[in-house]
Amino acid sequence: MAIVTTPKKACAVNPLKMSQPIGGAFAFMGLRGAMPLLHGSQGCTSFGLTLFVRHFKEAVPLQTTAMSEVATVLGGYENVEQAIFNIYNRAKPEIIGICSTGVTETNGDDVDGYIKLIREQHPQLAKFPLVFVSTPDFKDAFQDGWEKTVACMVDVLVEAPVGAERDPARVNVLPGCHLTPGDLYELRTILEDFGLKPSFLPDLAGSLDGHIPDEFTPTTIGGIGVDEVAGMGRSSWTIAIGAQMRRAAEAMQAKTGVPFRLFERLCGLIPNDEFIAFLSDISGRPVPAKYRRQRGQLADAMLDAHFHVGGRKLAIGAEPDLLFDLSSMLHEMGAQVTAAVTTTQSPVLERIGTNEVLIGDLEDLEELAWTRNCDLLITHSHGRQAAARLKIPFYRAGFPMFDRIGAGHQLSVGYRGTRDVIFNIANLVIADREENHQPTPDSWRTSRQPLKPSRRSFIASTEESIA
Amino acid sequence: MSSLSATIQEIFNEPGCAKNANKSDAERKKGCTKQLQPGGAAGGCAFDGAKIALQPFTDVAHLVHGPIACEGNSWDNRGAASSGASIWRTGFTTDMNETDIVFGGEKRLYKAIKEIINKYNPPAIFVYQTCVPAMIGDDINAVCKAASQKLGKPVIPVNSPGFVGPKNLGNKLAGEALLEHVIGTQEPDYTTPYDINLIGEYNLSGELWQVKPLLDELGIRILSCISGDGKYREVASSHRARAAMMVCSKAMINVARKMEERYGIRFFEGSFYGIQDSSDSLRQIARLLVERGAPSELIEHTEVVIAREEARAWAAIEPYKPRFAGKRALLITGGVKSWSVVAALQEAGLELVGTSVKKSTKEDKERIKQLMGQDAHMIENMTPREIYTMLKNAKADIMLSGGKSQFVALKATMPWLDINQERCHAYMGYVGMVKLVEEIDRALFNPMWEQLRRPVPWDEVAKNRQKAIAQMDAQAAAVAADPETTRRAKKVCFCKEVDLGTIEDAIRSHGLTSVEAVRQHTNAFGGCCKRRIEDILAKMPASSPLAMLQAAE
Repeated sequence: MAIVTTPKKACAVNPLKMSQPIGGAFAFMGLRGAMPLLHGSQGCTSFGLTLFVRHFKEAVPLQTTAMSEVATVLGGYENVEQAIFNIYNRAKPEIIGICSTGVTETNGDDVDGYIKLIREQHPQLAKFPLVFVSTPDFKDAFQDGWEKTVACMVDVLVEAPVGAERDPARVNVLPGCHLTPGDLYELRTILEDFGLKPSFLPDLAGSLDGHIPDEFTPTTIGGIGVDEVAGMGRSSWTIAIGAQMRRAAEAMQAKTGVPFRLFERLCGLIPNDEFIAFLSDISGRPVPAKYRRQRGQLADAMLDAHFHVGGRKLAIGAEPDLLFDLSSMLHEMGAQVTAAVTTTQSPVLERIGTNEVLIGDLEDLEELAWTRNCDLLITHSHGRQAAARLKIPFYRAGFPMFDRIGAGHQLSVGYRGTRDVIFNIANLVIADREENHQPTPDSWRTSRQPLKPSRRSFIASTEESIA
Repeated sequence: MSSLSATIQEIFNEPGCAKNANKSDAERKKGCTKQLQPGGAAGGCAFDGAKIALQPFTDVAHLVHGPIACEGNSWDNRGAASSGASIWRTGFTTDMNETDIVFGGEKRLYKAIKEIINKYNPPAIFVYQTCVPAMIGDDINAVCKAASQKLGKPVIPVNSPGFVGPKNLGNKLAGEALLEHVIGTQEPDYTTPYDINLIGEYNLSGELWQVKPLLDELGIRILSCISGDGKYREVASSHRARAAMMVCSKAMINVARKMEERYGIRFFEGSFYGIQDSSDSLRQIARLLVERGAPSELIEHTEVVIAREEARAWAAIEPYKPRFAGKRALLITGGVKSWSVVAALQEAGLELVGTSVKKSTKEDKERIKQLMGQDAHMIENMTPREIYTMLKNAKADIMLSGGKSQFVALKATMPWLDINQERCHAYMGYVGMVKLVEEIDRALFNPMWEQLRRPVPWDEVAKNRQKAIAQMDAQAAAVAADPETTRRAKKVCFCKEVDLGTIEDAIRSHGLTSVEAVRQHTNAFGGCCKRRIEDILAKMPASSPLAMLQAAE
């Protein structure tokens, strides 16, 4: 069981963390016809925008209240009002989602109050969906921004059901921000195979999966509609994925009485067994043959890959839920989680199968990986420099992934997703061995880092067992 | 040390900028750009601009003082290239937290500087001020000064909080930081009459290295490039250069002009995009150096090199010209590229349907008019929707722009080429021009476009099928609408499902008169339907089969 520590550095070097407001804006991107708006100076938005564009290779809607120095001193009411008006008139959105930033939190703008005033003064906006989330940059991280924003959407947009009428086939799905559009599609397919009708909040698969729309639109294209969100209280169950979604699931239950089940992770054999069993239970249907087959394939993939993944010393840097998800799966495959770095607090951290989890940056991860002889690095694309210096195989996971294409479709949930992750990582390790670790007559004498006894014995023992 | 607002006012008063010089005092105070519009603005902030301008100094540690957003969301996002040092690619930030906001972040900043020096020991540290510490009153000038004295390293404050203005202003604020704290603080090991500075060149994708061999050949030394592939020592001793070339429009005009004022370094504005522009720039450099005392053969040497390179480049481009005939390009970029790239594209035989001039100066626009003629289509402000419509209607065959607007073109299934900062090809100099033409050709003639623009065949299939079904339905409806058919379809014998028409036909063609006979000739059962058949027989006119046959004939 891991102890969570924070380093005492004054200077973060090669940040792993990204800011909270863009995590919030990201959540708004899963709503149909949405325009996320960051209440701050231009840079707050433009940096986030660039980041999303580089990751998804898609047009991304994101606006700014363009706070100037003067507005920052005098308060941002006029900027918020103008921004809402300009967006409302030009982009014709179905919803505007507003996140505060470090600037406007420092000067203490009361955006909830502003919105009230704007609604009073402009009757055409009286009913227009405006959701505000407080997300200061100087606190928490990307994942927290997502968490707060989804909870806030539930609070503001979901309607308490009138009467006790519930649709037994309808389920709500609250996915964490570590799931890709590809993951959401996979989940939708699985749920529909059980005859369930899922509503994803937010639904990034609908908006950021890279489809080509017939018309140009400045807002999100696709995603879950505000009307559908309002009706989520008539579902029979809420499925939350990732510990970060507990807050939103609880808000949903408090408001509508819909019971929830939280799946902390969906990568790995056991979590998916539980997931499929749960679906079979709530739908009253037997598990389709397809999933029996996929489960078999995953089991076989685990057998094939354990020679390569087993015994690896894993260095992993990711946001808490992704860290827990991937590291647990690899731990179960026999890898040792030797260095783990994350961005923010979370209850799952202490359950990671390692001694210590550090809330830190990529410099910390690189140092730990170096001193502890790690031979596999997993983190987002910013880790590429560290991997090059460490000369160890590098698996990209999480956000941002700007130096490879297809980030939006990388799959890790379900039996099939887990199988893919296992194959990809095992193949990386195999390729690395072929390229960099071919034995030579005197490699045993000159190698910089001799194979650690633990790893050698593990390989020896697995070789014996298959002999 | 002047205050930030004084520095900004000074930048607005920049006499080197004709646009500003022509304004009234009141207008000038407002600055270069229109007031940013909430909910309608795009582009970076002053901090972004400052960081972009200085980050290509490769051996310097760039420390961002602010909450995680400013560096955590943005580091490692530029493709400048370095010939050696790599510390510029490392992201350093104080990652201010709530406690720092309440108690002030100066101590953390000082500690951060100390940590960087202990761990990485760079020749200098640039400290960038951002919005939040500026609001709470962190005095980075004081911290940097103290750190410099105590730690014995240059620690340069770059006072550029995001909210003071747009990216362009940030470029200039970065220039001010260099002027105030860096330039002229060291001496070069030696000088030559051929020393030049490049100002506003960022060596994106290693572009500078496409031009440097030509300068090397002429014996011209880049004493300092601000800031592509730059080193701290080079910029600190850049005041000994003989001439300077300002590469990227007016972004750093304050640096060029003040260096001229202080150190007598004459400068000109030039570009290495396009064949003509490259030649012009080389000529200008040679001319300025000769004016400052370099031997006059330099000019002849330069002409020889230009003639050779131009001939090579033209020869390489020639094969593309027929392929580009009639192809139209739309250029959405800013500043100097709005005309320097126009020239390049025209050289390759492309037609320009428009170029954006949002960030261009008056001179830039004049140049565009010279190049494209009086009816030049200069786009002041075009919304993405308008650009999309323009491309969708095939008013242009290719769009060249920066990364953020690429999807406007791609989603309209039109070719697009990145000519801004995130691009991965180098387009500078004679070699770069050929590369640009190659890339345009590759984009325009990719066979993929033809496939992507085709309508989905199954939409057509489904439509045809629906048409067929509708037709059948219509026929059925027409049949149903005929009263005689309806009458005849009436079931008489329910057991065997025999209808009225069948029975009538049998009676007529065989001249039947009894229920028994009807039973023999049809499937009718004659049980419960016996009465109904009798009725029919009664109503039917007695007719002989012969008469029926005759009638049929």
